[in-house]
Amino acid sequence: MSGEAQLWISMQLAEQIRRHGAETYPHECCGALLGRDNPVSAHSSSDEGAEKPQREVLALFPLVNRRDDSPRNRFSVTSGDVRAAEKEAARQGIDVIGWYHSHPDHPARPSEYDREHAWPWYSYVIVSVAAGAPTEITSWRLADDRAEFSAEEIAICQRASV
Amino acid sequence: MPVKVMIPTPLRAYAGKREAVELDAATVGEALGRLTSEFSELRKHLFTDDGKLRSFVNVYINDEDIRYLAKENTRTKDGDTISIIPSIAGGCCS
Ligand SMILES: [Zn+2]
Repeated sequence: MSGEAQLWISMQLAEQIRRHGAETYPHECCGALLGRDNPVSAHSSSDEGAEKPQREVLALFPLVNRRDDSPRNRFSVTSGDVRAAEKEAARQGIDVIGWYHSHPDHPARPSEYDREHAWPWYSYVIVSVAAGAPTEITSWRLADDRAEFSAEEIAICQRASV
Repeated sequence: MPVKVMIPTPLRAYAGKREAVELDAATVGEALGRLTSEFSELRKHLFTDDGKLRSFVNVYINDEDIRYLAKENTRTKDGDTISIIPSIAGGCCS
């Protein structure tokens, strides 16, 4: 796994994730990140100047947390929800590139439970919500061998979402 | 019997970047076995160390969840499509 993974997201969409976390507090929120992975073709040269996103969130697909039994410290997205998110992404001509959820009154770091249930490749965005107010937001990717999550830098960009 | 296995986006890197793999199998379990022997890096993402399908790995045959059929013993027919569909789970503490 590259150590320089980066996830681009607009200020508005990052704010929308934080707001979702505040709305469902003290329960966990969850949703899909829709966007593009490697939107720049391989032949493009670096002399263009500006940095190009390797992975970019272009829309969100908020979901309902299915874990009625322990919504404060668990979230679950059914395969039906995953298919609905994929369908919406396809409608917009983009892909499901990851998932977001909140950690009510816990730091924005993946738990052991998160790691055990994670898929590789996807970006896992976590927002910490302390006493109802969203604080830190982080992103993570699972290593190929499933042993650990690596932090992925979140690049907040100004461009409007598509 | 040739069947097609659809590979979900997060696992394509472990399956030669393919969206789908065609192989011969008489049951769903046999199809997944062939798939993971051809692409061995897929195995740990689909199965636990003791060889059971992971809880967040859902397998459908032509849009039907194999949990409601004969699970991995579900028989396949010529031209069936087997889809591996993620479910997503997590939480803030262990
Ligand atoms: Zn978590």
